[in-house]
Amino acid sequence: MMHMADVVRAIAEHRGDAIVIPGRSGRYWAPISDTVFDLPLGDPAMGGHAGFGLGVALAQPDRRVVLLDSEGDILMSLGMLATIAEQAPANFYHFVLDNEVYATTGGQPVPNAKHVAYDVLARGAGYPRAFAFTGLDAFTRELPGILRAPGPVFVAAKVFPEIENEPISRRVRWRKRTADKVVQDLRVALTSPA
Amino acid sequence: MSHTEAAALSPETVMRQMKQNGVTDVVWLPDSETNWLYLLMQADPDLRMVGVTREGHACSIAAGLYAGGRKPMILIQNTGMMESGDSIRGWLMGMQVPVVLMVGYRGYTRHGVNSDTAATYTERFLMAFNIPFYLVEGDSDAERISVAFAEAEKTRRPVVVLVGDEYHGFNR
Repeated sequence: MMHMADVVRAIAEHRGDAIVIPGRSGRYWAPISDTVFDLPLGDPAMGGHAGFGLGVALAQPDRRVVLLDSEGDILMSLGMLATIAEQAPANFYHFVLDNEVYATTGGQPVPNAKHVAYDVLARGAGYPRAFAFTGLDAFTRELPGILRAPGPVFVAAKVFPEIENEPISRRVRWRKRTADKVVQDLRVALTSPA
Repeated sequence: MSHTEAAALSPETVMRQMKQNGVTDVVWLPDSETNWLYLLMQADPDLRMVGVTREGHACSIAAGLYAGGRKPMILIQNTGMMESGDSIRGWLMGMQVPVVLMVGYRGYTRHGVNSDTAATYTERFLMAFNIPFYLVEGDSDAERISVAFAEAEKTRRPVVVLVGDEYHGFNR
């Protein structure tokens, strides 16, 4: 098991000029980087981050797109793996931070939490490369090579659950921009002269 | 020409409307209304098709395509649209994505009497979500598709085109 903050920090060190969609890891990502190429969306609707990442990757084939997804989202939209594999965007890097629980709702386990092999699901859906890591040493060692090689690639990372039990109204607000502002900022940046 | 043929919505007309409005990507799941349109779209090298396995997936994919500078359109059936309620809310309305959803109107009849609850709840669903919609039954209605695109752009919201032509326009 790894700490989510360590996984996020390692990815940030190697992201280069990639567009990053931090998904449910946004509260760890936001303090590290908050540029127009960081797309912290919060939780627009569960199960959709992978589709959003795919869309951005297809629209911007010359930029790497890194998505930090969750196992709960993946389980809600397993068919999305087949769609991504069929489109096969070579610039898409799909990380899944698997804490085995619904952390934001009190830590209830996801179905069959300890026995789902997400890398196997991804490979079975057609991802040409899929990895699974449980320890930080192996993860940080392999990460630069994973991000250098073409996608689509799927990386499952086991992380400790960090459960939020505060009522939603009392939780720390980490987002600095609304989701629609994040989208508009990116669109403006992509059409502006370098 | 029979009455049925005159009233039909032809796939070529729909394609022309899509082209006029600059559609770059179609995110879709097959239904009985759109098979022949599918063949036309497949043959167009300038149009990318993204097939999904559940209609709600189309919403976040379209949002991502729009964020990246493309102009997607969603092509699904009313049954799947109703299944997609939370994705429409979160990924399209919440993120102010100006996208047109062409929605096959399963069960629709011109007489207002139907035996299919998919049709019964379609317009009620759209009204509950406060999503504008336009009904297209034949080629003479096709300009409404451009109206829908213009409204989506102007309001930065999803707009629906209901295709009330099952088993006629696309499955000849």
